[in-house]
Amino acid sequence: MKIAVCIKRVPDMDLRFAIGAGGKALDSAGLKFDIADFDGYAVEAGLRLVEAHGSGEVVVVTVGPAAAQETLRKALGMGADRAIQLSADEVPFDGRAVATALATELKDGGYDLVLFGRMATDSANQTVGPMTAHLMGVPCVTAISKLDIAGGRGTAERQLEGASETVEFPLPAVVTIDEGLGRPRLPSLKGIMAAKKKPLEVKPAQLGAASLTVDSIALPPDRPPGRIIGEGADAVPELIRLLQTEAKVL
Amino acid sequence: MANMFAFAESRGGSLRKVALEAVSAARQATDATGGGEVHALLIGAPGIGAKAAALGRAGADLVIVVEHAGLARYSPEVFAATAADRLRSGGYRGAFFAASAEGRDLAPRVAVALGVSMASDLTGFAFEGDALVGKHPTHIGKIITTVRLTGSPALLTLRPGAVLVTDADRTARVEQGAPALDPAAARVVVTSVGGTGDAQLDLADAPVVVSGGRGLREAANFKLVEELAAAFGNAAVGATRAVTDDGWRDPSTQIGQTGRIVSPDLYVAVGISGAIQHLAGMRTSKTIVAINKDKDAPIFKLADYGIVGDLFEIVPRLTEEVRKARAGH
Ligand SMILES: Cc1cc2nc3c(=O)[nH]c(=O)nc-3n(C[C@H](O)[C@H](O)[C@H](O)COP(=O)(O)OP(=O)(O)OC[C@H]3O[C@@H](n4cnc5c(N)ncnc54)[C@H](O)[C@@H]3O)c2cc1C
Repeated sequence: MKIAVCIKRVPDMDLRFAIGAGGKALDSAGLKFDIADFDGYAVEAGLRLVEAHGSGEVVVVTVGPAAAQETLRKALGMGADRAIQLSADEVPFDGRAVATALATELKDGGYDLVLFGRMATDSANQTVGPMTAHLMGVPCVTAISKLDIAGGRGTAERQLEGASETVEFPLPAVVTIDEGLGRPRLPSLKGIMAAKKKPLEVKPAQLGAASLTVDSIALPPDRPPGRIIGEGADAVPELIRLLQTEAKVL
Repeated sequence: MANMFAFAESRGGSLRKVALEAVSAARQATDATGGGEVHALLIGAPGIGAKAAALGRAGADLVIVVEHAGLARYSPEVFAATAADRLRSGGYRGAFFAASAEGRDLAPRVAVALGVSMASDLTGFAFEGDALVGKHPTHIGKIITTVRLTGSPALLTLRPGAVLVTDADRTARVEQGAPALDPAAARVVVTSVGGTGDAQLDLADAPVVVSGGRGLREAANFKLVEELAAAFGNAAVGATRAVTDDGWRDPSTQIGQTGRIVSPDLYVAVGISGAIQHLAGMRTSKTIVAINKDKDAPIFKLADYGIVGDLFEIVPRLTEEVRKARAGH
């Protein structure tokens, strides 16, 4: 089974963000980067599928600058076999522009499955996976939390609001991964050493034109600082009063 | 003057609230750009057409009803082909979808089929000249990105709760449509929909969300959270990942960075520490209440009203008082 996993290098979300000069991007001072959360789950899913299948190859692919090679190496350290960097100084915010580059690379690659994280944790558009599928001409299932592959077909489960649905589809296909297939493994020391020797190919990204762009970014309006109104069950009547008279939600 | 398109999401033969929101948003956009018509697309099993009237009240001038026995459940390829077909022929300025599980699956398929880009998960929007300008929470809600989308039609998904539903005395015309792809020819097929059901209030729709965390100690104690939610009468129950991981609650109820994002009028956090990944799913709630025995729990930095103490004493009392307050209405 030949699987491609498309991953993105994103800022570590635990850090405090500041707005950079120009107002269109984060202040890069102090930022750390890592693989996007759901993309880690997608790598894990790819590795497990190949392990369960007994043979195959997991190829990790990213669109991004040279620094994104670090993200590819991490996935190689987890166990992926080889990596492709589609080189671009900046990753366009427009999902279709990115999908164009990925589909161009993956279309004739003979992949049984192309996996994505459900969405990148930074741009949060959730569009690149399904758009890549369409441009490749293959079926697509998004945001899945369970996946079985057998006999050239897939069965997946998707979480809906307050429900879930089961989806069936033929391979080859594009599947985007929510949580649920298993926590991403940490690269072992041996894995990290081995990753240094695994092939990492660099090619220019054939990006599509971008018509979705960023005008500006801002920190969300501050909430008023939290307020502790009391201790224990005796504080409940005061809470009720505030919910009725101040918040007006009761 | 421009016509707008809205996709009316339904499940199990009922409209979802986000359907009314998409139509209401399209109405606002039409009125703000000098008038025009709102056309809503409603797809489902035979009988779904009965829901057209509600879409009219929310602002639709025309409802395109596509009924087919093979479309009782969502069918991504058929829905996408049908929406794209209509958008191709209609000369629409904008196309509104919900940023729901279904809408976020559907809209990118439609966009790429039309050869256009799209904007996702907007909390606000305006058409300015030849562009759509929108607000999009990114970076797990820690950044608000203002995006600009050029090209026509401008496709977007709208975050649930971002607009108020219009309710006007308006009667929509109804046009019968047909699926643009034979449902039997679809490669991707939804074979079943199951789970907590349609009767219960969706997390995304509920004005009040009561969530429980590991502080509840065991699954059975979640009944305290359920009783509090029931006392409000308009509440849905959420959970932290600590709790869904342990199998106490269904994964579909997880709130946070890797779960659902909610923005209710009132969010009550019971025995929840307030990890940044959890806050990512609820920080835009209008009012936040936290009950936690640790006065230094991070949730208290965000909570408008915090009570420090043992949830096993506080929650039953709160349930009783909410019930009384509700009865007094
Ligand atoms: C990549 C990643 C993604 C994640 N995504 C999510 C996500 O989407 N959603 C999410 O929720 N988490 C997510 N997490 C997990 C998150 O980091 C926290 O571990 C989790 O939210 C903690 O859940 P909790 O508050 O229930 O548990 P805890 O952090 O253990 O907190 C329990 C709280 O209960 C209080 N308590 C205990 N007993 C009582 C009592 N008797 N009365 C009152 N209070 C009491 C304690 O003081 C404590 O504050 C993610 C983590 C990672 C690494």
